[in-house]
Amino acid sequence: MSTTSAKDAPVIQIRDVTKIYEMGDGTIQVRALDGVSLDISDGEYVAIMGASGSGKSTLMNIIGCLDVPTEGTYHIDGQAVESMSNDRLADIRSRKVGFVFQTHNLLPRLTALANVELPMMYGHWPNRRKRAQNALELVNLADRMDHRPTELSGGQQQRVGIARALVKKPSVLLADEPTGNLDTSNTTEILNIISDLNHQNGITVIVVTHERDVAARADRVITLSDGHIISDETRPQATAA
Amino acid sequence: MSPLDIIRTSLYSLSSNRLRAALALLGIVLGVCSVITLMSIGRGSTDRITELIQGLGSNLLTVIPSGEPLTLADVDALNAPLYTPSIKAVAPQIGTFGTIHVSNNTTQTSITGVTPEFLQVRNLEMATGTFIGSPHVESRAEVVVLGSQVSEDLFGNQDPTNAEVRINGRQFRVVGVLASQTGFGSLDDQALIPITTAYYRLSGQRIPGGNISVDQISVQARDVESVDQAIEEIETVLRLSHRLTDADDFTVFNQQEILDTFEETNQTLVVFLGAVAGISLLVGGIGIMNIMLVSVTERTREIGIRQAMGAKRRDIVAQFVTEAVFLTFGGGIIGVIAGITLATVIDGRFLIGAEWNTRVTNDIPIIALIVSVAVGLFFGIYPAVRAARLNPIEALRYE
Repeated sequence: MSTTSAKDAPVIQIRDVTKIYEMGDGTIQVRALDGVSLDISDGEYVAIMGASGSGKSTLMNIIGCLDVPTEGTYHIDGQAVESMSNDRLADIRSRKVGFVFQTHNLLPRLTALANVELPMMYGHWPNRRKRAQNALELVNLADRMDHRPTELSGGQQQRVGIARALVKKPSVLLADEPTGNLDTSNTTEILNIISDLNHQNGITVIVVTHERDVAARADRVITLSDGHIISDETRPQATAA
Repeated sequence: MSPLDIIRTSLYSLSSNRLRAALALLGIVLGVCSVITLMSIGRGSTDRITELIQGLGSNLLTVIPSGEPLTLADVDALNAPLYTPSIKAVAPQIGTFGTIHVSNNTTQTSITGVTPEFLQVRNLEMATGTFIGSPHVESRAEVVVLGSQVSEDLFGNQDPTNAEVRINGRQFRVVGVLASQTGFGSLDDQALIPITTAYYRLSGQRIPGGNISVDQISVQARDVESVDQAIEEIETVLRLSHRLTDADDFTVFNQQEILDTFEETNQTLVVFLGAVAGISLLVGGIGIMNIMLVSVTERTREIGIRQAMGAKRRDIVAQFVTEAVFLTFGGGIIGVIAGITLATVIDGRFLIGAEWNTRVTNDIPIIALIVSVAVGLFFGIYPAVRAARLNPIEALRYE
């Protein structure tokens, strides 16, 4: 099915973004990103690749509104992020971005259900329980809702993480090495879930990874090196092999 | 975040390290407990001493000489109802010290020379026998009324009425024993004899003019309202009889004034005790702050996760401040219960050589609770702000 029809306004619009980190009292400047421009449309499945230090984490932080660019502009859903206050950024994160982390980052003493409810708490969402249950059903964890993270397998924990990210129907699901801590079978399972969410539910997915296998699932692969985009390949919309 | 969410989140965090929460709580518990106990002791002892002083009669005035001696002539002048309508009774007294001896028992005690009015003015009651009467005073009779302690020292549990005792070598007949009293100015360890007998037989002092000098005159006003009027009448009568033109040669003490002075002093003591206990509450507060700072460092990653999930700074601040306030409020409640219990248990008991009197008033626990919440707010804000200022990227990377 074609979910990339809404091409008029991109979900993510990055223009000439540069991020400079100052270290050692500002004497050393590190250009983590250097004039990056990028559009990602609604419903796309994008992989961002690159070696350590290529700037992919910095790009992910900016897309996820955890950080703001030093120069350039960034719009998410048409909203300019670069000049936002901390609280406005938090607001954007709570409404538009769903994070999936490499280490699942669940709160250890909360049940799966309570962990999934957590992001909705900060956005004053109604029907939190029902929505969280639906999200957990979507990742096939309907029977594990009352388990704590320590009572779940690595793959199950990551599925809770995904449920937590998608529960608020974000503009973009941002996954940072989502399979980095998982074995092969769990990796496949998680990647299938992410693919399904993209293909069947039309959720825009950005996966940051350094693994070719993971990137191969995406429709579009962007490769970074030394803070520049060195390649941006869109594969033909072939059905998954 | 809704208030309910904030409370739930804070309880979740506190439950994740129960021992530490309990220890932090303990500091506040001890602080609040000591505030409540000490202030209750302060209030209780004020009450007790006020009660004792009032037991003497709040309409009691005392006149003592400050220059010329007071005499029985002055007593007669004060006893003239025409000039002193506000005065109900006048009781002069002479104090000496003596040895009372009976068969093989001897005791050293105060011997006070009094008139029959003494019984009424000092609200005394007899255990057995009678008090000193007017004929005794007129005839300088060698009779004695014993305080309960003196009676016990000399005669044990026997009724000493009509027994013969020797006071400073002179033979006296016991006519009665006073009922035991508690409190301020208790006469348990005294013996009372007619004032004339005291003057002529025991005291070596003489004044010119054949008058009998007295050490002090107790004056009972008709009621509490007429105390001021009574003071004026005493002053007028004594100035006339002493033919005074300038400074008074006597002083009138008002029981109420003594009481007021005392209560003022004691109020200062109560506040001081409260302040000392307040310091321990402050120390407890610093303990809370310490725990919260450790907690913020430990939970850096959790804070990062919450920030990534959309928690605003105020959400993080609210969570940590609420945690601190929960600790101090919880500690406050336990401390209030412990303090009230302790104050109630020690009330009226003899411990460590003293009688403890406590009174728990409603304001003390309320103030203690408000203060403990304020301590939580004050010492919780800095750690909370530190938590909220964390950079989410670094916080998420924190191991």
